[in-house]
Amino acid sequence: MFSAIRPALLLLALLAVSWPAPPALAQVPAAPATDEAQGRVMARQATKERQLWITADHSKHEALKQPFTSGPEVTKACLSCHNQAALQFHKTIHWTWLDPSEPPDRKVGKGGLTVNNFCVALASNEPRCTSCHAGYGWKDKNFDFTDPAKVDCLVCHEHTGTYKKFPTMAGNPASEPTVFPEDKQEYLPPDWNAVAQSVGRPERSNCGACHFYGGGGDAVKHGDLDSSMTNPTKALDVHMGSKESGGQNFDCARCHTTKLHNIAGRIYSTPAAKDRKSLVQDDLAPKIMCESCHTATPHKSAKMNDHTDRVACQSCHIPEFARVIPTKMRWDWSTAGKMKDGKPFKTDGPLGKPSYDTKKGDFTWEKDVVPEYYWFNGSITNVTAKDKIDPSKPVRLAWPRGERSDPNARIMPFKVHRGKTPYDTVNRTMLVPHLFGKDDAAYWKSYDWATALKAGMEYVNLPFSGQFDFVETEYVYPTTHMVAPKDKALACEQCHARTGRLANLAGFYMPGRDRVTALDWLGWLGVIGSVAGVGLHGLARAFSRRNHKEDKS
Amino acid sequence: MTGRTKIYLYTRYERFWHWIQALLIVLLLLTGLEVHGAFRLLGFKRAVAWHETLGVTWLVLFAFFVFWLFTTGQWKQYIPTTKKLFEVIRYYASGIFKGEPHPVKKRPEAKHNPLQRLTYLGLAALLLPVQMLTGLLYWTYNSWAAWGLGFLSLEVVAALHMLCAFAILVFFIVHVYMTTTGHTLTAHIAAMFSGWEEVEEDEVQDWERARKGV
Repeated sequence: MFSAIRPALLLLALLAVSWPAPPALAQVPAAPATDEAQGRVMARQATKERQLWITADHSKHEALKQPFTSGPEVTKACLSCHNQAALQFHKTIHWTWLDPSEPPDRKVGKGGLTVNNFCVALASNEPRCTSCHAGYGWKDKNFDFTDPAKVDCLVCHEHTGTYKKFPTMAGNPASEPTVFPEDKQEYLPPDWNAVAQSVGRPERSNCGACHFYGGGGDAVKHGDLDSSMTNPTKALDVHMGSKESGGQNFDCARCHTTKLHNIAGRIYSTPAAKDRKSLVQDDLAPKIMCESCHTATPHKSAKMNDHTDRVACQSCHIPEFARVIPTKMRWDWSTAGKMKDGKPFKTDGPLGKPSYDTKKGDFTWEKDVVPEYYWFNGSITNVTAKDKIDPSKPVRLAWPRGERSDPNARIMPFKVHRGKTPYDTVNRTMLVPHLFGKDDAAYWKSYDWATALKAGMEYVNLPFSGQFDFVETEYVYPTTHMVAPKDKALACEQCHARTGRLANLAGFYMPGRDRVTALDWLGWLGVIGSVAGVGLHGLARAFSRRNHKEDKS
Repeated sequence: MTGRTKIYLYTRYERFWHWIQALLIVLLLLTGLEVHGAFRLLGFKRAVAWHETLGVTWLVLFAFFVFWLFTTGQWKQYIPTTKKLFEVIRYYASGIFKGEPHPVKKRPEAKHNPLQRLTYLGLAALLLPVQMLTGLLYWTYNSWAAWGLGFLSLEVVAALHMLCAFAILVFFIVHVYMTTTGHTLTAHIAAMFSGWEEVEEDEVQDWERARKGV
């Protein structure tokens, strides 16, 4: 018998040797002298070491050696050479804080009537919020947005690391040493000549000065942007990670490419990029998308590449966000205003972060947060204080646009910040609270919601019935930074499973997650039935054979 | 071994094809059911990769099978018939328990009894082609729109593929059991390895008698 099957075994062995191994095991060279995935090769080609060179040493410019006593004076000196800079900058989101693609009367943007569930709204609270405006003196609604001297060049361009805008001075640095009572930190007036002569292209610390601290503190808002990204290791971010840790040491502007002071990136409903193009297709395209450098077919495996049309790279490659510093996940304003011995107080919570603050209410912070996943076409809807809301369900103050049927939509990870935020129970609109100020109407002065909300709504000329309550709100941030090394990317079964990360996304069939339940039942019933059937048949044979033999004997 | 004689029933190619097919079916079922979420064995990624490779291997094997079928005329072994069909059913339902002989004898020119003919024809002409077609469609899901197949539903294709998979699994169970119904438990399996099947001698005697009568 064995001699007969030998040729068959030989054939089988031949087939096994000559047939290609499964993709996962294949050693197919993707490009000359490398077995790396195409997407890595392409990205490396697209981002060779930059040889930046400049033709001006700013410390030698006479204009920057003159005595300065304020920011606008420095700006005027900058503009004496860079005479188009302020005109360019005035047209950008960093100056207007308004979404350029929304109708102007909707006033979408933090400079308009957009409401979030952090400190809710800018209006009537300017001096505190505009410490992150790249300008000087936006202290109320009368700020002159056309004045070139009000642009703050330094906050984005200075390289000494000593330039600090005071948290409550409408974007101005302190003019004399001043302690910020909130964190007991002392702010010194800038050495104007030193900072002015240090200017260059923006570095991570320039962008991070605001974008890492949005919401009034480190890691409060985004979840994927905090001070841990100033000098990350590759484990936290493969692109921005230091060379020593194996990263690429990218600064922000490496991907957030810039034209005329317009920095590539999403702005509310305006997507970061209109078309999905790689640099191979358009060498002047912004590098803002993963695909810009990595192309739409970055993996070795064809089946993996089959995902890129409907699954954003971030979904698998950012397994968790806030991997170093905890981020704020919940903010309940309705509990604000409690006193201890007649005084406002703070309670320390887990993770070294406050869990209660009389000024702000209850907080929840989380670390290593698993994102939520939604269909996303690159655009986010926002609710303004003019929009009607439905308080019977959580109000989605910022929510991703897109659905399965939208060919431009992909599955994207998000941080969802939830909270309870004040709204008008009669007019059914979100309310703008007047929080910050030395006047008695300010909530952080008198802790009286009715007065603070009335003052805030009067400030923006919107109706307020006087009746208010707090409604559940949700606010999303796309998770796009903190890209993990590839061995930390999600495994297939984290989504392709009965109760995986995409368990709640409906409208499509996903292998491993979905099934036709009736068919599965029927199928397994058939399998069990046939096993039972042949089992019984076999038993019957065994018994009848024994009886047969007994009969004979 | 009195009363029995050996005949060469399965050629080398048939045996090779049969066992490769058996191996592929087992592996395809295992990897396929893992992709379906029935259990975890290799991990989803490796299960998918193996399922794809095994599936393509299967297609090549099936192409050789079809070629063999028509070049050798062996397709005639699969022509369905109802003649003696009910005798065979009755044999497996009751006769087998009473030690009766199988109503249809195996001969090289008639390897399959009427029940086998129907079953194998159903497999080769319907179940397996549908399984291959739905498998190919499932695999090439991303190209549907480009091929003008955008109207297809992955859920329906996947459900059909699962339906056929269950049917193949049921066939597999029954088929493996049926191999034990020879004159010994392993007689049929041994024959599929060696090619030589032991059949009852009286068949030969019948044939001889017929010769004598001429």
